[in-house]
Amino acid sequence: MNYLRLNINSREIKVKPGTTVLQAAQASGTYIPTLCADPDLKPHGGCRLCIVEVKGMRNMPTACTTIVSEDMVVNTETEAVHKERRSVIDLIIADHPMDCLTCIKNQRCELQDVAAYLGITERNLPRTIKQKPIDDSNPFFTFNHNYCILCQRCTRTCDEITGVNAIEIINRGYNSKVSTFGDKPLMESICKSCGECVARCPVAALVAKNSIMPTSKIETTCPYCGVGCMMELGIRNGKIVSVEGSRSSQANNGRLCVKGRYGIADFVQHPERLVQPLLRKSNTLIETSWEEALNIVAQKLSAYSGDQIAVIASAKCTNEDNYIVQKFARSVLGTNNIDHCARL
Amino acid sequence: MAKIKTSKLSAGQRTVFLCHGTGCVSNEAFAIRKAFEKSIERLQLTDIKVDFTGCHGFCEQGPIVFVQPEGIFYAHVSLDDVEEIVYSHFRDNKPLERLMYKDPSSSEIVPYFKDINFYKKQRHIVLRNCGRINPERIEDYIATDGYQALQKVLFSMTPHQVIDEVKISGLRGRGGAGFPTATKWQFCHDAPSDKKYLICNADEGDPGAFMDRSMMEGDPHSVIEGMAIAAYATGATEGYIYIRAEYPLAVNRTKFAIKEAEERGFLGKNILGSDFSLKIHIKEGAGAFVCGEETALIASIEGRRGMPSSRPPFPTQSGLWGKPTNINNVKTLATVPLIILHGGKSYSQTGTEKNRGTSIFALTGKINCMGLVEVPMGTKLADIIFDIGGGIPNGKKLKAVQTGGPSGGCLPANMINLPVEYEAFANAGSIMGSGGMVVMDEDTCMVDVARFFISFTQSESCGKCVPCRLGTKQMLNILENICQGRGNITDIDLLQNLAQSIKVSSLCGLGQTAPNPVLTTLSYFRDEYEEHINDRRCRAAVCTGLVTYSIIAEKCPGCGLCIRECPVQAVTSSGKKKPVILDQSKCTKCGACFNICRLGAIAVK
Amino acid sequence: MAGLATTFGSGAMTNSNNDLLGANCIFSIGSNTTETHPVIGFNIKKATRSGAKLIIANPRHIELVRYADIWLQHTPGSDVALLMAMMKIILKEGLHDNSFIMQRCENFKPFKQSLDDFDLTTAETITGVPLGQIVEAARMYAQNGPSAILYAMGITQHSHGTDNVIAIANLAMLTGNIGKPGSGVNPLRGQNNVQGACDMGSLPNVCSGYQKISEPSIKQKFNVAWGINLPTEEGLSITEMIDSILQGRIKALYLIGENPILSDPDAGHVRKALSTIEFFVAQDIFINESVELAHVVLPGTSFAEKDGTFTNTERRVQRVRKAIDPIGYSRPDWLITCQIAQRMGAKGFDFEQPSQIMDEIAKVTPSYGGISYKRLDKGGLQWPCPDLKHPGTSILHTQQFTRGKGRFMPLRYKPPAELPDKDYPMMLTTGRNLFQFHTGTMSRKVAGLNSFKGEEEVEIHPKDAERLFLNNGDKVKVISRRGEITARIKISEASSPGVIFMTFHFAESPTNILTNPALDPISKIPELKVCSVKISKI
Repeated sequence: MNYLRLNINSREIKVKPGTTVLQAAQASGTYIPTLCADPDLKPHGGCRLCIVEVKGMRNMPTACTTIVSEDMVVNTETEAVHKERRSVIDLIIADHPMDCLTCIKNQRCELQDVAAYLGITERNLPRTIKQKPIDDSNPFFTFNHNYCILCQRCTRTCDEITGVNAIEIINRGYNSKVSTFGDKPLMESICKSCGECVARCPVAALVAKNSIMPTSKIETTCPYCGVGCMMELGIRNGKIVSVEGSRSSQANNGRLCVKGRYGIADFVQHPERLVQPLLRKSNTLIETSWEEALNIVAQKLSAYSGDQIAVIASAKCTNEDNYIVQKFARSVLGTNNIDHCARL
Repeated sequence: MAKIKTSKLSAGQRTVFLCHGTGCVSNEAFAIRKAFEKSIERLQLTDIKVDFTGCHGFCEQGPIVFVQPEGIFYAHVSLDDVEEIVYSHFRDNKPLERLMYKDPSSSEIVPYFKDINFYKKQRHIVLRNCGRINPERIEDYIATDGYQALQKVLFSMTPHQVIDEVKISGLRGRGGAGFPTATKWQFCHDAPSDKKYLICNADEGDPGAFMDRSMMEGDPHSVIEGMAIAAYATGATEGYIYIRAEYPLAVNRTKFAIKEAEERGFLGKNILGSDFSLKIHIKEGAGAFVCGEETALIASIEGRRGMPSSRPPFPTQSGLWGKPTNINNVKTLATVPLIILHGGKSYSQTGTEKNRGTSIFALTGKINCMGLVEVPMGTKLADIIFDIGGGIPNGKKLKAVQTGGPSGGCLPANMINLPVEYEAFANAGSIMGSGGMVVMDEDTCMVDVARFFISFTQSESCGKCVPCRLGTKQMLNILENICQGRGNITDIDLLQNLAQSIKVSSLCGLGQTAPNPVLTTLSYFRDEYEEHINDRRCRAAVCTGLVTYSIIAEKCPGCGLCIRECPVQAVTSSGKKKPVILDQSKCTKCGACFNICRLGAIAVK
Repeated sequence: MAGLATTFGSGAMTNSNNDLLGANCIFSIGSNTTETHPVIGFNIKKATRSGAKLIIANPRHIELVRYADIWLQHTPGSDVALLMAMMKIILKEGLHDNSFIMQRCENFKPFKQSLDDFDLTTAETITGVPLGQIVEAARMYAQNGPSAILYAMGITQHSHGTDNVIAIANLAMLTGNIGKPGSGVNPLRGQNNVQGACDMGSLPNVCSGYQKISEPSIKQKFNVAWGINLPTEEGLSITEMIDSILQGRIKALYLIGENPILSDPDAGHVRKALSTIEFFVAQDIFINESVELAHVVLPGTSFAEKDGTFTNTERRVQRVRKAIDPIGYSRPDWLITCQIAQRMGAKGFDFEQPSQIMDEIAKVTPSYGGISYKRLDKGGLQWPCPDLKHPGTSILHTQQFTRGKGRFMPLRYKPPAELPDKDYPMMLTTGRNLFQFHTGTMSRKVAGLNSFKGEEEVEIHPKDAERLFLNNGDKVKVISRRGEITARIKISEASSPGVIFMTFHFAESPTNILTNPALDPISKIPELKVCSVKISKI
């Protein structure tokens, strides 16, 4: 593999051919503000915040769309660059609600991060914002157009990641907005509710309903279909409060579908969960202790010979559960009558 | 090598040519032609032919009837005039003076086309066939040496030689930016790929501009021949003509021309028996201004929303479907056959050192003669406005010239000796653009002009990048405030700063040029802004928020004309022969009373 | 699975999820991937965006048809005929990979002979697909390599499912589309851990790692490892168990985390068995239609409350981690089973945590030999992973097939066990919906998912609806030889006339009352994808 050398803020860096200036900077620990770039999406160049100065190039190119060439000299922190970045953020802030303290994305908002980085402390332009509608039709997430900064991460996700193309920009100029075919609510569109767009929204435009901040996260594997998506369950006060796709697994590369993203907590923490062993007495199932239940099972099963017993294991259970149960069937019950719904 | 069968244009035969450009067609030109045919048939004038051409570029004089070989030019011909012309001109051989062209400045009758000032000082190179041949008959084009250049290229030139010839000509892209055509072709030629595309950009988005439409309507084959040559030079095998769906006539003529060219072997597989093949498709655009931008145009052809993308990569590296793509404007392509046929050197004789050839403008606004104007590069603005355009009507004074469409700049009257050149325009803060040229007289408010153009670019912004989408909205809000008398003196600096950063940080040409009308008016007409803000006054009395109408009692006899004209009953009578009364609280400042009053009894301030 | 084991020596997906992105042609048959495996569906669409060809063979107009170059709408159950026709065309046009066949495979002659006996016009009649389309698909698959085949239950759930799979394997071998990136035969597993449950030996004929109990050396190995005498007689499959219960031979059942009344064919039959058995212990996280018939119910934990591993469809073993405490007094399934075993006096069930179980798995299972929790904490591993240094295997059969040479198997088309007739004139085919899962035990507890799909809908072609005087939303009875259910109809052109489609997510309209328990003789998979029904308006 041959490498290209470039210089970012007087630091020498080596990158693979095809790397963008933004990727090169991020890899070397240099922060460049951006609102539309996403590692999973093609370079967009819409927010204009990642503009940099490149020696020998006229104008200020966007780092996300500029491919590194040999001996490129990049400066990400000049006054000219900062001035233009600030004027871009000024424009966005003038068109964005100023209710940060009560906003659901407070402290997780990328617009806040960028504004803070650029040292924006006040609104410098007259307000342009007008009241825009809120699409509340989807049971899992809300689309509040008032917060939308039109970075198009959502529409690009729906195109490049999921291939569903349920949403796109409609109208022009200041009236441009993200919407569905025929400007219908999301629930009346072809949206599959996978939430990949929600996961990528930098502000509070697309947010999961009932979302609260977890205090810890734990990585595990989705229990629905056979794709084996890894996910991070967000935990707060002993309960699952959020689900995110985990980027560490090559099975899903961070992506999830509607069931994995929104269909976990409700069933795991469902009030109808079995919480106590049950025993059939006079034809009704009544609660009993583990001790009694296990003893009865052990005692009853001991009464049959191997060919009188069958075990149905589960494709929902773990490998360890299954290994134990087939070992139990074969070595304790003395039967190969073990199967599971592999075929269904 | 196949020989192209040529025929001569029906020289000598008396022919009535009806202009069948969009302008004349919308004024019943089809029916007028039918009427001519009927009438001539009835009188059995068998030696007289009825035919049609594309646009003459002088649409305000339409429907136009042009009689050859004598070259008599009839203007404003209506269905009712047909009999009279036929009887007088053809039966009695007395050309009909009543319908001949009248010069608007001198009011003199000008019978012959060649004597019309509007045409006399033009130089038709690109428009060479428009108004002269029948665009729906390939033989006409062939008779004017059509497709000879293609034949020459295919059988006696390498792609390199073609590019070299274009380089010698000095041709620059006529889409507005003026990028050297040969260089662009070279890039596309050099890009390694198994497949390359060629796109003809006929997405003419500037309001009032119609040269591309006229070309496609009046001489589609010269564009098609230019495309075939460009495709040969760049290695493209598939071409698209991206044309506005609102141009149905142009679309149909182009479709027909492609079919004719395919039938004759000028397009399709193994053109004229050579190894070179080219398939041309037509893609009808939905009319977004931004789709004139190359990358947005490509997105639109691919079926995506017309939104530009960052360059590099340039379309010549990665364009349509990710393949190297050469995009040229209609006028650029139509010029190519001439360069090949007569040599680049011959073409470069016209124009100036860095700006060869001619340029076409759509001349409009406060000017006597409106229409398409083709002049050699380097021609002074004054020559266009006064010699060709016949000056400003009603004895008003020239105030400014706006060039380059909505994202061009406004040049003040004292700059009218500026030559038509890319660099000269750019240095003055404007652009050549697609060739719009709006003449403004002293009744024009420059702040309002800036507001108007910004409102256009704002509503046509694709929404992708922040500076263009939100920045133009900020500018528009400020300009609206100033025009309505709510301006603040700090607004001028704010406008200036916004304009500067939109220019620098926008993604595509639309955003980068959108501030031009504001920047040029700020630099050439700053006093008007200050007047609007400080004195709450609009000297041209255009900005309704700043205008007050009042009745000059001593001049008003109470005739009541204005009472009837006022749409909101703001003017009332105070009795017979007494001056009328204007209720300021009701007045919407529409100016209707002012315009109707013949006695100068209404004052505007 | 049995089909792939016969031909390749291993029944698992040969390539990987991400490997699809490198395919130049994807041939998806019997899989509605965007609904049943949505994230793999993303990859298919992404591959087509970057130029890969897509061939869909499906009786229904599924979402992927929108992205496909060719859609073969074949009659349910006609897969073998379709695939044989494609292979015949490939051979006829010389598009096969001769050197691959010669060097890597065996038994080609009898296979070729079986194709010679097969006639293309018959294929057109059986499949209902115009021959021209089959030719186009055959060329596209053969000429655009590497080509990957995807399939799912639409292939296996037939009375001749093994034949279907063998036909697919033959096609891949014929064109050399095995053992290299972007190619392969990729069965998509339905449940999160079907692959793992099979790998672990929750099957009547093999122990973990597909080690055949019939083989003396294997039996000996486990006798030593577990300190017991392994029963030698092959066990019964679920469908056979149900019959055996009804015949009174099986008297006790230990059921873990399944709902056979909804998931298995001929549900009435299953319900009868579970209601009459002498002793029935069920272990689950919810009461469901099957569990409610048990004598003892043991509350297991959900995946979120325990540690462990799942093995996904691409053979990737990944960690499941305890995120919250067990709900109520529920216990992890492995622990419950161990506690029963210990109460029955067994040794070798004294595990304190699942990592120790994995260590034992690794010890007795060659393909899991290199897998440990320590390694899995750095990311999943794809088996075979025989030792601790082995990086795992993303593509199978790269140098040679698991069984040595790939074995071509001659085939003959067999129709489904039950075809429409005068009394039951329509064909029912079943599948899943994106917003529900399997028998709905989990997904129907999620209110939001129910608002997308909250009840069964019988998808019926407008022509059939018109003939039966049905309007959208009408309630109908769907009746088969085995039973009847009621549901609303949804008029749709997704299936062809004469074919109706239902899911099996809803206990209120238990579709599997209707389906045919006819088994594939080898894999024992029931024919859930085709049965004959009639419809009457209520």
